Amino acid sequence: MGCPQETQAQTLPGDIEKFSAALKRHGLKLDRGRCRILQVNVGLICDLCCRHCHLTAGPHRREIMSAETMKEVVDFARRCDFELVDITGGAPELVPGIEGFISDLADVIPQLMLRSNLTALGSQERNDLLSTCVKHRVALVVSFPALREAQVEAQRGSGVWEKSLAMLHRLNELGYGREASGLELHLAVNPGGAFLPADQAAVEKRYRRELQRRWDIVFNRLFALTNTPLGRFRRWLETSGNYDAYMGKLAKAFNPTVVPGLMCREQISVSWDGYVFDCDFHLAAGICQGEKRTHVRDLSAPPAEGTLIATADHCYACTAGAGFT
Amino acid sequence: MKTYYDPSDLSLFETIGKDAPELARKFFDYYGAVFAEGALSAREKALIALAVAHAVQCPYCIDAYTRAGLEQGCDLEELTEAVHVAGAIRGGASLVHGVQMRKIAEKLTL
Repeated sequence: MGCPQETQAQTLPGDIEKFSAALKRHGLKLDRGRCRILQVNVGLICDLCCRHCHLTAGPHRREIMSAETMKEVVDFARRCDFELVDITGGAPELVPGIEGFISDLADVIPQLMLRSNLTALGSQERNDLLSTCVKHRVALVVSFPALREAQVEAQRGSGVWEKSLAMLHRLNELGYGREASGLELHLAVNPGGAFLPADQAAVEKRYRRELQRRWDIVFNRLFALTNTPLGRFRRWLETSGNYDAYMGKLAKAFNPTVVPGLMCREQISVSWDGYVFDCDFHLAAGICQGEKRTHVRDLSAPPAEGTLIATADHCYACTAGAGFT
Repeated sequence: MKTYYDPSDLSLFETIGKDAPELARKFFDYYGAVFAEGALSAREKALIALAVAHAVQCPYCIDAYTRAGLEQGCDLEELTEAVHVAGAIRGGASLVHGVQMRKIAEKLTL
């Protein structure tokens, strides 16, 4: 597989400048800072088919990180000096051997974070995984896109609402989200369509008040995330006739001040088969890190500071408004 | 101009400042301040604006504040209720004037 370093095939509406041109116009370049975060995408299998998914994850996907690749990722982490590992998918909960992988990573990286859709965490009696998370103080970042059942299920599927609330209660019982427990529970909120997220602080305030009042649920932080025009979400944008307007909205919301803090500047993403990318979105788009496809087994260290990061027009999703930092 | 209303005109709103820049600046500063988070949240203001947009039947405002409501996390049920608030106020405003009709009619009739 080749490495398109500029962009994937672009179909930006004619009146929108390319992301790289927007950077240039503001006198900015996207290069790497110190690489302190290891992001690992352990596979595309998921029990849901969320309509905003940039990876087109779902039950039909068979791309899952093997035990051998997990070992290679841990060995890579041991060679480096990461502060945090961010485990994502798909639904990492459905990947065989995930508990052992978390435990092995805990030996070499001080902070661990696991992304969860809440439903997979509650499936197949994953008490073993929950125990592992509690033991290693793994921070959980869970998808909870709305405070109303209809909105959640329109985006994520039927039956998700009740399962999500039940799992949030279970996590609170374990101490997650509770002050001074050392078990962090963060909510990830994506808009339910072709529009930008609301102000994060305002959304967090409303969620904190409503979740506590209506369901007695607590959490630590909330992240309001922009939907990235890739994968299943991009297909929906195109078939619904929203693509041009959405890209225009993202481009218009370009905020040059967030570029220095973009997450891609301080992380490296590893795919289910062990190859490295600048971020999970480039992973989804097949835009690899550096000049050629590189496997973690062949890397002695993360990319050096100052290394240029490939850009593509989906990068507009990370620089819109308050940004993806 | 083939029609009075064109959706693309919404994005040209700021051109109203072309021949009166100072007035436009003052208006847009005020407009921005009104919709900022305050005693009312931006979300509450978006729903109020949507109701008012229907009351004054401004298609540009309906477009803008439907989107703003969605961006603030409102769902269709909430947006629809806001429209009903406009409908109830408009209907009520007509009906309450019926009191005047009644007073006048009762004064004039045997």
